[in-house]
Amino acid sequence: MNRCAVIGVGQTHYTTRRRDVSIAGLVREAALRALEDAGLTFKDIDAVVIGKAPDLFEGVMMPEAYLADALGAAGKPMMRVHTAGSVGGSTALVGASLIQGGVHDRVLVVAFEKQSESNATWALSTHLPFSSSLVVGAGGYFAPHIREYMRRSAAPDHIGTLVAVKDRLNALKNPYAHLKIPGIDQKMVESTPMLWEPIRYLETCPSSDGACAMVLSSESAVTGTPAWVHGTAMRSEPIFRASRDTVSPQAGKDCAADVYRQAGIADPRRQIDVAETYVPFSWYEPMWLENLGFAAEGEGWKLTESGATALDGDIPWNASGGVLSSNPIGASGLIRFAEAALQVRGMAGEHQVDGARTALGHAYGGGAQFFAMWIVGREKL
Amino acid sequence: MPSDPLVAQHVLEFPGGYTRTTGPVIGRFLSELRGRRIVGARTAEGRVLVPPLEYDPATGEPVTGEYVEVGPAGTVTAWAWVHEPLDGHPLDRPFAWALIKLDGADTALVHAVCPEHPKAMEAGMRVWPIWRDQPTGHITDISYFAPEVTKIVSNVRSEYRLQAGGALRVFFEGIQRGVFLGGRCDQCDKVYVPYRAACPECGGVIPETRELPDTGTITTFAINNLPDPRAPQVPFVSAYILLDHADIPMIALIGDVPAHEVRQGMRVKAVWVPESERTASMANIRWFAPTGEPDVELS
Repeated sequence: MNRCAVIGVGQTHYTTRRRDVSIAGLVREAALRALEDAGLTFKDIDAVVIGKAPDLFEGVMMPEAYLADALGAAGKPMMRVHTAGSVGGSTALVGASLIQGGVHDRVLVVAFEKQSESNATWALSTHLPFSSSLVVGAGGYFAPHIREYMRRSAAPDHIGTLVAVKDRLNALKNPYAHLKIPGIDQKMVESTPMLWEPIRYLETCPSSDGACAMVLSSESAVTGTPAWVHGTAMRSEPIFRASRDTVSPQAGKDCAADVYRQAGIADPRRQIDVAETYVPFSWYEPMWLENLGFAAEGEGWKLTESGATALDGDIPWNASGGVLSSNPIGASGLIRFAEAALQVRGMAGEHQVDGARTALGHAYGGGAQFFAMWIVGREKL
Repeated sequence: MPSDPLVAQHVLEFPGGYTRTTGPVIGRFLSELRGRRIVGARTAEGRVLVPPLEYDPATGEPVTGEYVEVGPAGTVTAWAWVHEPLDGHPLDRPFAWALIKLDGADTALVHAVCPEHPKAMEAGMRVWPIWRDQPTGHITDISYFAPEVTKIVSNVRSEYRLQAGGALRVFFEGIQRGVFLGGRCDQCDKVYVPYRAACPECGGVIPETRELPDTGTITTFAINNLPDPRAPQVPFVSAYILLDHADIPMIALIGDVPAHEVRQGMRVKAVWVPESERTASMANIRWFAPTGEPDVELS
């Protein structure tokens, strides 16, 4: 397999409503910044991979067809990836596979969401006939699984609020982050209403407009500062399966095991310096800490409580502020992968983790049934 | 109350209205307006005055005689909101008097701006003229300025005809009779409900249905504080219910118990609507209600 590197990262500012740009303008903003970071232009790109979550969010069917020329893909291979909320991660991995497989030397990957064009809870709760699922939006779906995690692990109630505060404090250091809540503390989070109990308002992610892009390169085509891809993995599992563990899905465990094996990681807690993981509801930090092997089963919340995952902890999680602070759904996974790359390139600015050499990018989607992960490093593997 | 004879109305209005000779510069400006163009006058220093004057107000020097087309769009530099328009105002609904610096002009024009909502008003907003139907060469040839178009509404509507077929039809025929139909995968030794024709784990065929009891255990749940048309009130509890003898939970509403008294492990039973009201629909099950049995210990 050929080596693959991230040589350019571009992000838009994430915000409730980008009234000033079209969807094409939004993705171009991210793409042009990524190209600028790599010191390249559209002419230098061999293929474009676009990712976004369900088309129902913007009501633009097959937006990739309309966005192809906006992203300089005229005359080049272009494809769209769709794996629900994990799509940003999957998009990066499809792009990486085109490099690793020796098909192309430079691939532009772009993911976006412009949530302000409709309403995600509406789009995720279309009440199809012959169903009485009673699930209201993503929060309604995940709340029971969080409750079950709390029961099994006997975690104290305040763990979720710790993550809600920690990620928002990190966001204050990220110029692109959507939610900036100066002075946020546990009391403020606890004072917000329960939406889908046990999930409080400030324990959920915002709805954002935004796009993220990366330029991926083969070893011979590297420009600028590379982040080297050490491992890539995707897994899925059926959502309706008897004995499925919805708290710690098998697909997530398998995906982590695969990506760690490729990257030579036996102890993620010690060997990974920073992780950008998909935590749209605060309790998913301790849940994924266990699913991804950073803590033993039932012990994830202790790691969160100890401060280990804070920016100044020994294994910072979501130094960027994470999905809890910025959530253009289709792009959210790609942002995790891009932030991991920025960390090992030493280009994360105020939220840089000192000396980060190895980083995990993680995304999940659907009913926690699609997983995408990569490990990137400062050095070649 | 009788009117006070010592109070009187008096109107002072020259019949037909005063005339105003415009002079060459304002005349040119108004003539251009009649042609739906906005022009300014260039000063000796190169500034563009809109509306134009015959002289540079800063120096008193005559303007150059050069007319420059500006706008038609411009930027609001300052504004004041008019809550109740008066007679003689350009609009009969609330609007803003605004200073508008038209593109290419060095001075601002006073005119009306009418956004949909006063909150939309801000310095820096972009506005475009809305022209009256029959321009006559008057400043009111511009009815008002409206915010720049930044958004359109795009109605997308898809209509489907869905027909429940195969396994789903079988399941709903059971629901019509007041019975939950599941099916067992022999390969995996798992019972699925609703009945499905193939096992999601191994893909094997599930040939036969099996009647399941309408009792079960709540494995986990959410208390929803957001209203939903399918729920009788807020908060409502949506729960994962593992029917007895089934291996996969189904999601259903919990009723007949306050939301905060619902527990993981609680025993529940389906509450069916009266037989006369039943159709082949999940609406047959009003909700699940506690049976009062002791809770089940969850692993």
